[in-house]
Amino acid sequence: MKIKHLLERENVLAGLLLLPVVTYIVLFIGFPFVMSFLYSISNVTIGNPEFKIVGMRNFVDLLEDNTFQQSLVNTFIFTSVSVGLVLILAQVLAELLMREFKGKWLVRFLIMLPWTAPIALGTIGFLWFMDSVFSPFDWLLRTMGLLGKPGALLGASSNLYWLGRPGLAMASVILVHVWRLLPLATVILLAGMNSIPKEIVEAAQVDGAGYFRRLFHINLPLLLPVTAVTVLFSVFFTFTDMTVVWVLTKGGPPPHATQVLASLAFLKSIQGGDLAQGAAVAIFFFPVLAGIAALVLRLAKKSVVT
Amino acid sequence: MASVEFKGLKKYFQDVHAVDGVDIEIKDGEFLVLLGPSGSGKTTLMRLCAGLEKPTEGEIIIDNNVVNDLPPRERGIAMVFQSYALYPHKTVFKNIAFPLIVERLDKREIRKKVEWASGLLGIGHLLDRLPSQISGGEKQRVAIARALVRKPKVLLMDEPLSNLDAKVRNSARVELKKFQKEIGVTTCYVTHDQAEAMGLGDRIAVMHEGRVRQIGIPEEIYHEPADMFVAGFVGVPPMNFIDHDGVVMGFRPEAFLPAELMNDEELMKFRITVERAENLGSYKLVYGAIGEARVIANLSPRYLIRDGEDYDFAVRARDVRYFDKKSGKRIKK
Repeated sequence: MKIKHLLERENVLAGLLLLPVVTYIVLFIGFPFVMSFLYSISNVTIGNPEFKIVGMRNFVDLLEDNTFQQSLVNTFIFTSVSVGLVLILAQVLAELLMREFKGKWLVRFLIMLPWTAPIALGTIGFLWFMDSVFSPFDWLLRTMGLLGKPGALLGASSNLYWLGRPGLAMASVILVHVWRLLPLATVILLAGMNSIPKEIVEAAQVDGAGYFRRLFHINLPLLLPVTAVTVLFSVFFTFTDMTVVWVLTKGGPPPHATQVLASLAFLKSIQGGDLAQGAAVAIFFFPVLAGIAALVLRLAKKSVVT
Repeated sequence: MASVEFKGLKKYFQDVHAVDGVDIEIKDGEFLVLLGPSGSGKTTLMRLCAGLEKPTEGEIIIDNNVVNDLPPRERGIAMVFQSYALYPHKTVFKNIAFPLIVERLDKREIRKKVEWASGLLGIGHLLDRLPSQISGGEKQRVAIARALVRKPKVLLMDEPLSNLDAKVRNSARVELKKFQKEIGVTTCYVTHDQAEAMGLGDRIAVMHEGRVRQIGIPEEIYHEPADMFVAGFVGVPPMNFIDHDGVVMGFRPEAFLPAELMNDEELMKFRITVERAENLGSYKLVYGAIGEARVIANLSPRYLIRDGEDYDFAVRARDVRYFDKKSGKRIKK
């Protein structure tokens, strides 16, 4: 049969068109996932290629490991605060972008800019912004009189040491991560808000609802499916992200003030050589995340009313 | 209930003069219809009244108060949108109750009023349903119930029947008129459907290009149009126009009959070449030409007319209207 006639058959054409993406998923997602799972129940290290199944021992060891416990707590704080801030700020930005005003194109460009920059490069920029000696943030605060003088609101020291103090380091990491995630969340919410029929919002105005009542009784409930997707993306990106943490603090300040599960997995498996433990950390929360995804998607589907 | 007045009202969207100097008074309890084609400014005028648009110039007066700077909720108005704009995530009960929840009434009071409004519209059995679970006609009733539940001073309706199928629309129109008379609320109703306007309005304001061309009772609008636009827009089929002695002569299709059917009143006779006759069941439309002018006659279906033949038709002199050829305005002759 000629190739041209073969391509006219729907199942053949469909298969061919899907082949590249399926190959990608199998090779770069499926295969590493299966390998991670196998490593996590084995004793494999970089130095010792012997592969022996040890059951759940790696996971049990992790639960007793203080570093893992600290990383777990940090990951939850990092994720919950980041996602919370992203949702609130994205809602504000989306509301702003719904309105017409002069210079809207510039505001839109500035909002989208973080998403266009490679994450590592953008984070390196923040490394300089938060430098312990030459931070422009600190310079600004000193110029405003909030830092560097006796009795100043933020202390007499000339620098805040953004990445050197445990609480402030976590806040810095969260700040950079929120900066990075905001454009995506804003665009998703903006698309959702544009899909709310204008007449429904006007009907609420005519019915007497003010801004906040319209927001909580009309806009947010109708945005629930879109918000659920935003939360899902944000949680997954945050939970599995190591770039911001690794570039800014490498999990410090010591002992593990900003260590998260993703960076701990890298530390243990690639830097420490313990592939099995690293894999166990990496996939520890897979069942939980899969459960969260299923729940959120079900909630999103149920809340679609139009 | 309250009166509504628009004084010198204008609304410009940059170069577009959506409303271009409108002066209308709607009396207390009156049902006024704003009739016009798309883009005539009738919906913009209604939105100005509702407070959803700010006027460029002029005043909006509701119940003797200038409301230009008041938000919608402080004007005492309620509105039924063309798409009904029901809240899709709320039940019918909560849709109707929403304006009362905003007013912070207690739950018992809210229930009482919702039951009153839903009873009035015959939708008491639908209160637990979502909008996606009810029909178009039921949605329309829910929208009206939501508008009436807080007893507004003025009810605004933006083509609420346009999304209904033709059969339901006719019965809905009758019910709406009856209902408005019972409640007695001052109503401003927007439509492009002239049959709807004629059937519903106590008075009709015909709008075109942002201005009111004529305002009057339906009979006046139909039989005594102020200009060629009103004459041509109101009436299906529209009025016939023929150039005659430097003016434009207009007469309704139902007044244009075969000469042999007219008695010896003062008649104007024409020789018409019939192009096509359409038998529409209860009436017949005859399309023809008088010289270069195209005309339509509306006859009984029993009268036999053959395509391509010439016939003598006539119209009573008292049924003829004259219009200025340049301005289109009606002239008394």
